[in-house]
Amino acid sequence: MDFLTVTLQLLEGFVTTLELFGLTLLFSLPLGLIIAFGAMSKFKPLKAVVKTFVWIIRGTPLMLQVIAVYYGPALLFEGIGMLPRFIAVMVAFVINYACYFSEIFRGGIEAIPKGQSEAGRVLGLNKFQIFSKIILLQVIKRIVAPMSNEIITLVKDTSLARVIVVTEILKVAQDFTAKGLIWPLFYTAIYYLIFVGVLTILFGFIEKKLSFYKE
Amino acid sequence: MAFLEVRNIHKQFGDLVVLKGIDFDLERGEVLSIIGSSGNGKTTLLRCINFLEIASVGTIALDGEEIFSADKKYTDKELTKIQHDIGLVFQSFNLFPQYTALQNVTLALDVKAENELKEQKIGYFQRKKLMKDIKKENIEYAKSILDKVGLIDKIDYYPCQLSGGQQQRVAIARALSLKPKILCFDEPTSALDPELTGEVLRVIKELKSPEIAMIIVTHEMKFAKEVSDKVIFMADGLIEEMGTTEQIFEKSQNPKTLAFLGNFAE
Ligand SMILES: Nc1ncnc2c1ncn2[C@@H]1O[C@H](COP(=O)(O)OP(=O)(O)OP(=O)(O)O)[C@@H](O)[C@H]1O
Ligand SMILES: [Mg+2]
Repeated sequence: MDFLTVTLQLLEGFVTTLELFGLTLLFSLPLGLIIAFGAMSKFKPLKAVVKTFVWIIRGTPLMLQVIAVYYGPALLFEGIGMLPRFIAVMVAFVINYACYFSEIFRGGIEAIPKGQSEAGRVLGLNKFQIFSKIILLQVIKRIVAPMSNEIITLVKDTSLARVIVVTEILKVAQDFTAKGLIWPLFYTAIYYLIFVGVLTILFGFIEKKLSFYKE
Repeated sequence: MAFLEVRNIHKQFGDLVVLKGIDFDLERGEVLSIIGSSGNGKTTLLRCINFLEIASVGTIALDGEEIFSADKKYTDKELTKIQHDIGLVFQSFNLFPQYTALQNVTLALDVKAENELKEQKIGYFQRKKLMKDIKKENIEYAKSILDKVGLIDKIDYYPCQLSGGQQQRVAIARALSLKPKILCFDEPTSALDPELTGEVLRVIKELKSPEIAMIIVTHEMKFAKEVSDKVIFMADGLIEEMGTTEQIFEKSQNPKTLAFLGNFAE
């Protein structure tokens, strides 16, 4: 097996990795915001349900959640088929990451001084306008660092998809190992490092963009 | 009927009764100072007048119209509307850090204009087009207010680039943007270094005009004496004594008032 073939096959696996990464982000960010609002709700029962849910998701391994989403429905209910593997992984990832993001959002929103929304209220802004025009950017500025941490973790967590045989990059490398080829496994690190490097530069750029003001 | 009529305002937080029935009148052009020791409910009263707190009992009428009654329920939208007529300057400024001085002042103007266009059911693109011109007008108007508070050369500065006194003057300009009928100040200089209070107090004094009524909670007795037409001395959630500036500061016989003012005698 020559270098080029391995590189291309790993790249194919890495495309799956990137798809999982991108789609997870796309859905878990808005879902996380909704969960954050649920956790801050003044309606006690809703708050309790949301907080319990977040506790369960953050309190159990992501690998277990992937397995549960894939096999769970078929085991619990007769006659229900299994989700396609990729969809199952994605659902588990979206839920898991939405919960982690929600806690970062909640922390960020609650850290904004109350005086900010009060100033908005006495100026006749409604709740939606206060959030979108006053609070949101301040929250984003506060959470860039913890979010970049979490998002970089997500890049590497995608490798858990192989537990239900989704062929992301690490699975491809593992299959090489089974055929007696060890080095591709270590070669995957390059892919991760390059991608995380790009993300780091991107977050640095966002942070710099938001440094035009101080609190 | 007086311009502003505050009647029987009560407010409690849980079991803690903070306001126990506040009544007063204020005419257009008048300045009212509210003095009293800490924890007496002065801030709470201002917050009730600005609807940041909802009074448990009482009514408020402005310009011959009842704008608030504790017996009624108000939607957010209704509260937002009446908030346009009453401004508040906070002790801690609460400027929006991501906006320049100018943007802090234009924000409410732009939002208000956009709300009005929405209410006239003007479509999205048409609205964006109209807003372009309105925003330009708003910038010119905001500049004129910032000029009034002596900050025309600082309009593009962010709050973090301004001194405390300058920040509070931007906050005053922001509160003036919607042309409120009543402007309230909650200890506007108590977060400032002593050498910066003068510039803020001077600006407030200059705002006094026949168009606007002002309510100022303050511990600056000298300033209160100079600027006020009326003074309320609050004690224990009630108005202990109310009168003209002269009546309170020169002729009061009330032992509580005298004891309080005694603390400030040099
Ligand atoms: N949101 C709240 N919840 C519970 N208690 C409150 C709340 N806001 C104010 N209080 C209480 O109400 C009382 C009056 O507070 P307020 O801030 O109105 O006093 P103040 O006269 O403005 O005092 P200061 O001169 O120190 O500013 C205090 O005992 C305070 O603890
Ligand atoms: Mg106070």
